[in-house]
Amino acid sequence: MLDKIGIAKRIAQEVKDGMYINLGIGIPTLVANYIPSNLHVVLQSENGLLGIGPFPTEDKVDPDLINAGKQTITMMPGSALFSSAESFAMIRGGHVDLTILGAMEVSEQGDIANWKVPGKMVKGMGGAMDLVASAKHIIVAMQHCSKDGASKVLKQCSLPITGIRCVKKIVSDLAVLDVLPEGGFRLVERAPGVSIEEIKNATEGKLVIEGEVKEMVI
Amino acid sequence: MINKVVKDAEEAVRDIADNSVLMLGGFGLSGIPENCISAILKKGVKGLTCISNNAGVDDFGIGLLLKTRQVKKMISSYVGENAEFERQLLSGELEVELIPQGTLAERVRAGGAGIPAFFTPAGVGTEVAQGKETREFDGKLYLMERWLRADFSIVKAWRGDTAGNLVYKGTARNFNPMMAAAGKITIAEVEELVPLGELDPNNIHTPGIYVQRIFQGKEYEKRIEQRTVSKI
Repeated sequence: MLDKIGIAKRIAQEVKDGMYINLGIGIPTLVANYIPSNLHVVLQSENGLLGIGPFPTEDKVDPDLINAGKQTITMMPGSALFSSAESFAMIRGGHVDLTILGAMEVSEQGDIANWKVPGKMVKGMGGAMDLVASAKHIIVAMQHCSKDGASKVLKQCSLPITGIRCVKKIVSDLAVLDVLPEGGFRLVERAPGVSIEEIKNATEGKLVIEGEVKEMVI
Repeated sequence: MINKVVKDAEEAVRDIADNSVLMLGGFGLSGIPENCISAILKKGVKGLTCISNNAGVDDFGIGLLLKTRQVKKMISSYVGENAEFERQLLSGELEVELIPQGTLAERVRAGGAGIPAFFTPAGVGTEVAQGKETREFDGKLYLMERWLRADFSIVKAWRGDTAGNLVYKGTARNFNPMMAAAGKITIAEVEELVPLGELDPNNIHTPGIYVQRIFQGKEYEKRIEQRTVSKI
């Protein structure tokens, strides 16, 4: 089973040289720490920056420089700053290669829910609806089941959705799953020490298992 | 030339009346018009509709105006960590329209640019699509979204000149440039107000045509929501 850092490390393996990437809040933000140093990628922050750098040292903290999670950041050499309209023009226009975000639920059609629990929690969708509607490639970082053990990898989302038919890949604490174009989750890899049976039990949506399913190498 | 320079925030917001529609720049607490928010708080106007990506935090930014119940309606993309906003939303005390962030940015941009409606894929198949026209273009579905405009747009810039030209710093730019263009009256508060000719025309982010009032703000707190530092 993977912890949050394990999920971030596994997602980092999906990153390719030259990509422009948007990282969501939470586990996705951690992915930046595990991208191999020989790859040159540019991280987009939807509040208006291409070229997110590491967190600043105490003396470099600048309140006018934050990421989409409102954390203080630095800029890489070669960064560009712009408005929110320009930022979403590049997102909507399909210029961002990879979007990594968290989810509360994903359906076997690739629908995602991550912004609202009716009557309980409303955070708002922020930029998530724009991102999922336009991204070329979307990877979701999530826990396979809720704290009470209910599957979050479903036939249909029960929560209000953020976008339809958009998720391509899920990296959970238990497995790597590809969302098939015809619907269903193809089991790609198992997390270390997790059996196929455990993944089957934790997946409410249709699970497709073809051939040998390798254990992840983190 | 018309004098755009006003003395302070109190003078800048003097004619904001009850039930006005306001746009307020900023993302989180970055690039928010701190001085004008304080002046609106002090003025006590009520029934405001505030268009702003966030609503500050409980005790800073627009959160201050929520606490005093001066806001009737918020149009935002993210409630986030504002407990009072979330409480008023869930209890129905506050009217809230949540909009995808890119749609919000573009609706404001469209307002300033004179484009009454546009199509975007964000929100297709979700609650956001309810009551909106959906149309297919080249095999993909899009929603029609309308422009947003305001009685007053209140923006914050790093530097500005007496003609109302503005330059923003870092990610504090965010919604400010589009909002500056979408207000009937646009108020700009700046950290440094400079004479004409001081700003490089090659690097103006908001041309002065959009700005009706400008003043140099004071005592910027620039509170940080998530101070995150590395040790090395």
